Amino acid sequence: MNGELTLANETVEKNTEVLSRWTGTNPDQSDGPAWLYPLRREAGSRFIQIGFPDRHDEEWRFTPIAPLIDTQFVAAAQNSAAEAPGIGNFLFPEMEGYQIVFVNGIFQPGLSTIGTEAGLHISNLAHDINAEAALIEPHLGRYAAFDSQAFVALNTAAIADGAFIHVSRNTNVELPIHLLYFSTAGDAPTTSHPRTLIVADEGSSVTIVESYAGQTDAVYLTNAVTEIVVGANANIDHYKLQRESGNAFHVATLQVQHDRDSVFSTHAINLGSRIARNDSNAVLGASGIECTLNGLYMGRGNQLIDNHTYIDHAMPHCASHEIYKGILDGQARGVFNGKILVRQDAQKTDAKQTNKTLLLSDDAQINTKPQLEIYADDVKCTHGATVGQLSAEALFYLRARGIPVAEARDLLTYAFAADIVSRIKVEAVRHQLDLALLQERAIEGIES
Amino acid sequence: MLTIKNLHANVQGKPILQGIDLQINPGEVHAIMGPNGSGKSTLANVLAGRDAYEVTQGEVTFLGKDLLELEPEVRAQEGIFLAFQYPVEIPGVNNTYFLKAALNSIRKYRGLDELDAMEFLKLVREKMNVLHIDQSLLNRPVNEGFSGGEKKRNEIFQMAVLDPKLAILDETDSGLDIDALQTVAEGVNALRNPDRGIIVVTHYQRLLNYIVPDFVHVLSNGRIVKSGTKELALELEAHGYGWIDSLEPATV
Repeated sequence: MNGELTLANETVEKNTEVLSRWTGTNPDQSDGPAWLYPLRREAGSRFIQIGFPDRHDEEWRFTPIAPLIDTQFVAAAQNSAAEAPGIGNFLFPEMEGYQIVFVNGIFQPGLSTIGTEAGLHISNLAHDINAEAALIEPHLGRYAAFDSQAFVALNTAAIADGAFIHVSRNTNVELPIHLLYFSTAGDAPTTSHPRTLIVADEGSSVTIVESYAGQTDAVYLTNAVTEIVVGANANIDHYKLQRESGNAFHVATLQVQHDRDSVFSTHAINLGSRIARNDSNAVLGASGIECTLNGLYMGRGNQLIDNHTYIDHAMPHCASHEIYKGILDGQARGVFNGKILVRQDAQKTDAKQTNKTLLLSDDAQINTKPQLEIYADDVKCTHGATVGQLSAEALFYLRARGIPVAEARDLLTYAFAADIVSRIKVEAVRHQLDLALLQERAIEGIES
Repeated sequence: MLTIKNLHANVQGKPILQGIDLQINPGEVHAIMGPNGSGKSTLANVLAGRDAYEVTQGEVTFLGKDLLELEPEVRAQEGIFLAFQYPVEIPGVNNTYFLKAALNSIRKYRGLDELDAMEFLKLVREKMNVLHIDQSLLNRPVNEGFSGGEKKRNEIFQMAVLDPKLAILDETDSGLDIDALQTVAEGVNALRNPDRGIIVVTHYQRLLNYIVPDFVHVLSNGRIVKSGTKELALELEAHGYGWIDSLEPATV
């Protein structure tokens, strides 16, 4: 059955209007290289067909996006000279490494520090879709599912700019690469569709920090898609920091494609935005792969933070690890949905998933759902979820040493989050986040 | 320094302590022995102020204050230290930071200046040597991934740093091999002084070969059924805990 035929004209019109207003582009228009616009057009027409998910969609059941859909967004001003007030808070001045910066989706050479080293290519897609088509075409849009995911379809239809990182065979990039997507306040709520492509060839290794942030209180939507290709025996250490404005919406898909014996690890730190939805998907399509998806989410006020993870174990002898921890205060809501699929061929799979949420107020809530689908018989898969308050045992232990109860609570709350932050290997990032956590709990004097 | 009178306490509605009377003076080491379920750990935890224990009768005075009225942290600030039977792992809290926060809370309560990082480190280094604590242990999260022996040594190390007036060791010897036991005992013995009271709660007489008590009390069914000097522990060892069933509750 063809969905297109059954769509009411009204829906088609509405979706077409959203597509054009939100992306500011016409996917039918044949600008850019000839290989790209069919992809954009196809994605655009898929969006028109599928439209936005609603609450009948199981994957969006606990994340009502009406406030997002109802916002009259326009595509962010395509003004590359945009002022970016407050962007300095989200750069890492102490970090020795590369930074590539985008404001409202557009590459900012003046704010970026892109050095050169053998085997490493850092650039922006707007430039490279022409200049490096041979490197990009085989990957861009091949992994993230624009055919079934509305936001991925929108992003793909809008592909214009974003970061492109390519690491050549057996290249070990020592310095971390920071990607910053920053949004500013406009006259009207704006959207941008950051697109990132990271390709690590066989035997290479690289560290990537992907950050999303915005001007204080600005209303905007970031609709990001990141595709990561981890070549055979390659190793990618990835971090995502979501520190959007408190009035912003953040929807993002991370799609990881593993080749054999590759190692990928990500830590997703979600602190900002009014509604955040992250889909982190990894396809373990060969043997000997190790994949780590860890996360920390901290919500307060009316924030809603939704993390969906999906690990597809398709082949034998792969391991996946997941630890997601959250702290929710006020009326904040969290969603964790962790799906692990172990296909019939994926014998000797070792998959472990944990979700722990700390609720600091009576009104905070979390919907947590592990989803294990296992078709192989010789596997080790575990999952666990805990929701609750601070450990009474730990609280008593601290108090019994003379630490006052309020301070003990703060310390344990900090520690709960620090458990994830301490795993971050990029010192400047770890340090900055750690300070933010300490400040939030008004804890002084930890200099470890 | 510590006077316990007719103390009764429940755990989950079940009476565990059924009339404890005990007097501890500065400089004394008291051993409390008894079979499983006799109430010895309950007594230790009631003194430290653990929530799960409900005091139903009796009174406890510590240095002239009504101990049972005080929050656990205030008891610690007043000078009570409980070495936990099962030290709690606290991922994400660095051992050094934890100990510094504890020490400074106690100092602040007593109107003393808080120690800065340098002064604290100096103090810690001194105490570390006594207990053969490895430097790396300090930089790890509190008790996380510590072996059983490391956890117990860490308790005594904390005790050495916090310098309590009354230390309560709750089965600190349980599960230790002889080397670890000796290290722990050495640490405790180094902390014996004329001003400090020590309560050693133990299931096994073995510990008392290394930490020689001034008094031994035998607990059964929530009451002290026999009190004596260190020889009582040996007697108990010779007869086994079955022997105490034949004893009458001790008179005050």
